[in-house]
Amino acid sequence: MATINELKERIHAGSSEEIVAEYLERIGGSKLNAFITVAKENARKCAKEIDSEGHDGSLAGIPVAIKDNISTKGILTTCASKILTGYVPPYDAHVIERLKDAGAVIIGKTNMDEFAMGTSTETSFYGPTRNPWDLDRVPGGSSGGSAAAVAGGEAPLALGSDTGGSVRCPASFCGVVGLKPTYGVISRYGLISYANSLEQIGPFATTVRDIAMLFDVIAGYDARDSTSVDKDVNYSSALKNDVSGLKIGVPEEYFGEGTDENVNKAVWNAIQKLEDLGATRIEVKMPHTKYALSAYYIIAMSEASSNLARFDGMRYGLRAEDSDWHSTFSQVRAAGFGDEVKRRILLGTYALSAGYHDKYYLKALKVRTLIKQDFELAFKDADVLIAPTMPYPAFRLGEKIDDPLSLYLADVDTVPINLAGVPSISVPCGFSHGLPIGMQVIGKHFDEATILRTAYTFEENTDFHTQQPEGL
Amino acid sequence: MYENPDGVMIGLEVHVQLNKLKTKVFCGCTTDYHNDPPNSHVCPVCLGLPGALPVINKKAVEAAIKVGLALNCKVEEHTQFYRKNYYYPDLPKGFQITQYDFPISSGGYIVIEGEDGEHRVGITRAHMEEDPGRLVHEGTIDKSKYTLIDYNRSGMALLEVVSDPDMRSPKEARRYLDKLRNILEYLDVFDGNLEGALRVDANISIMGGQRAEIKNISSHKGAERALLYEIVRQKNVLRRGGVVVLETRHFDEAREITLSMRSKEEAHDYRYFPEPDLVPLKISGWAPAIKETLPELPDARRMRFVEQYGIKDDQAKSLTGELVWANYFEDFLKAYKDEYKEKLDPKLAVAWIEVLKGELNYRDLTVDAFKKEDMLSILELLVSKKITEDGAVDIIRTLLDKGGSPDEIVAEKGLLKVEGDIVSTAVEEAIKENPQAVADYKAGKEKALNSLVGAVMKKTKGRADARAAREVLLGKLG
Ligand SMILES: [Zn+2]
Repeated sequence: MATINELKERIHAGSSEEIVAEYLERIGGSKLNAFITVAKENARKCAKEIDSEGHDGSLAGIPVAIKDNISTKGILTTCASKILTGYVPPYDAHVIERLKDAGAVIIGKTNMDEFAMGTSTETSFYGPTRNPWDLDRVPGGSSGGSAAAVAGGEAPLALGSDTGGSVRCPASFCGVVGLKPTYGVISRYGLISYANSLEQIGPFATTVRDIAMLFDVIAGYDARDSTSVDKDVNYSSALKNDVSGLKIGVPEEYFGEGTDENVNKAVWNAIQKLEDLGATRIEVKMPHTKYALSAYYIIAMSEASSNLARFDGMRYGLRAEDSDWHSTFSQVRAAGFGDEVKRRILLGTYALSAGYHDKYYLKALKVRTLIKQDFELAFKDADVLIAPTMPYPAFRLGEKIDDPLSLYLADVDTVPINLAGVPSISVPCGFSHGLPIGMQVIGKHFDEATILRTAYTFEENTDFHTQQPEGL
Repeated sequence: MYENPDGVMIGLEVHVQLNKLKTKVFCGCTTDYHNDPPNSHVCPVCLGLPGALPVINKKAVEAAIKVGLALNCKVEEHTQFYRKNYYYPDLPKGFQITQYDFPISSGGYIVIEGEDGEHRVGITRAHMEEDPGRLVHEGTIDKSKYTLIDYNRSGMALLEVVSDPDMRSPKEARRYLDKLRNILEYLDVFDGNLEGALRVDANISIMGGQRAEIKNISSHKGAERALLYEIVRQKNVLRRGGVVVLETRHFDEAREITLSMRSKEEAHDYRYFPEPDLVPLKISGWAPAIKETLPELPDARRMRFVEQYGIKDDQAKSLTGELVWANYFEDFLKAYKDEYKEKLDPKLAVAWIEVLKGELNYRDLTVDAFKKEDMLSILELLVSKKITEDGAVDIIRTLLDKGGSPDEIVAEKGLLKVEGDIVSTAVEEAIKENPQAVADYKAGKEKALNSLVGAVMKKTKGRADARAAREVLLGKLG
């Protein structure tokens, strides 16, 4: 698959329109269902302008696919939910403004679990997305459409969002690179909230270099997001093929029961590889990891129950028969939300209710503090942590969808990172029966540079990232 | 000591719109929407569009701290915003951003004129929140076939000032509201004349019983009326052997009664939790600098007026009770000196400002309806004894009703005070023409003098000074 630098050479010769046409053709003939909306006209028009007028932005003429929970002015934005039927936002998210400034071409809006609630992209109102490596398997979630689009050659770059692993999980299942930045590095302005205190927008690409190029464009301070942090860093320049002296912490809690044997093996081999390249390995203890999943779900669902209250059918999206206020909004919400979304709203409402608030919500916040401390302690000794992204490779469509609890358990290795707010990048590190395996390199707050360098060095010295799904 | 025979306890929650800020509390939309079409000053943030995020308006926080300090509150080290979750069509996000734990200020007081002299009303807390949109109905709320929503108001900065239950009568509640509004105006954070600027919820109990919360009170007078009604209602319940229940009641402003809305048992569970999109604000360092900017407040100004100008306390109170008049008074003294190079007696000034105020009130006009230069001319005419007091009142009324200038009116109406010999002539004539009155007076009927003064005034067409006429009469009658 073409890298961004290769595409840029072609665009320099004046063929953005040609490139866009190639990607649109691939999307058109695809079996993946990676897109909810293909912005054909918009993409063609932008590419044409770039070709005729030129553009000196770092992503000029490069197609980018956008998860459908990121607000795009003039382009349908649904969160893969029926309740946002017909909603065309009047404004661009901060990241979209940045992409447009850099000359990127928005090629379409990608499929996802409804309101980013899921690990398989099966809860979408627009049907599931399929895994390019095996069409009977899930691409992971919730940003499954973005990961599948990049893995399937339908977009060279994509944006997702990661609340509890929603970028890293599908990156791992689809064999691409996915980054969840430190909380606050990318503005959330325009990202339709699922759980505000946990989530970040994150980039997908086939290589670490491409990830860094996209990250450089979308990261940075934005006054419209109060949790946005003012750090001016050039991430591309951090990419050095060098890990000598790097201290890698390996938390044994992430290799526990329930982790697939082949996944364990692949991640250990990767750590060995980095040691061979000059890194040293140390063991770190993260004793509160076992509580992370419960705390994560309580916090995420509590915030979600409030965030999703605005969808009442009054101002946009699905509308019910005109009736009195209570029946109208009840009807809209009953018809507009899928089962998983309803489940999380109910559980979150319960967790915040008088009499249960302290027992669940407050307790979860305390656990969150302990998880953060685990990371702080681990990072006293280690520069980065390495662990499996997912405990197993992509599972079959329908295999877990009727068993929510086992689906929640799949997030065991990704959610502690969101609770702590630290950055983590998932990179391909092996295969199990033809399915990709991902490992995550976790860093200190705002130390994306080190995890990018580690991932880049690994990539430069292995060839997992060069392998491509067959028969697409 | 006020005995409070019914054991009345009143606490007020006042929602103050910080409408003198330029922008709303979490977005850049203007607060100046009152004359514009509905939904013309909205953006993704105050419309609660998916993905939009709030950003706190620093000026709003400063204004809130300013009010907290003026209400003698303690300003907290850090303050945090919470979500109050409930569904209502005027609330575009399905929750209201407000404060819960860590309000911006707490533990203050206001001194009011109570039933038995100065009375201190505790301020529990003053916290910030956002205003919802405005619902508009065709006709009345129960008959309207539809509801229209105007989100221009959505996201206006509100300050909710919660008092302790320290008021012992509806009158004290009204005085509290007057005083609060007075202070807010001095702080220049609030224009009380704009629609929806100040909204009141009142909690009231009697005889140590349960309290009722009365919602939807939009005026000071309304508050007093609602509370008076509520005391009678609760007394009636008790007299019939019943129990007052904890409940929320709605004030029907037109009928001046309160109606039960819902009992507290079925009250909302608002599921408060910290707003994740707004970080806690460290404000401990802000207060000292803001304290420096606090203006002289009504009580301090009142005391200064008495001391510095030698006017009476109730005159000072009346002046300082409205910022515009307090300023008018001091500006007027200064302007007079600038204009006529002579100090105006403050007592004379305050007396005539009160006359002007009365005439304006009578016509439902504000101070802007009367030119300050005209008032200066009138006072100069009085000081130099060119017109009488009656003449001055006549000029003020004529200016308000017909317009013109003081000089023109004086000329037209011949209001210039007449000379002494003309008065003497008129007195002589009056004595000559009213022998009966003269005889009565000499026989000891003091009142007869009044009819003689009246006769003199008639002859001089009111241009004589009545007091002077009286003296000349007394002299001639011996
Ligand atoms: Zn706005």
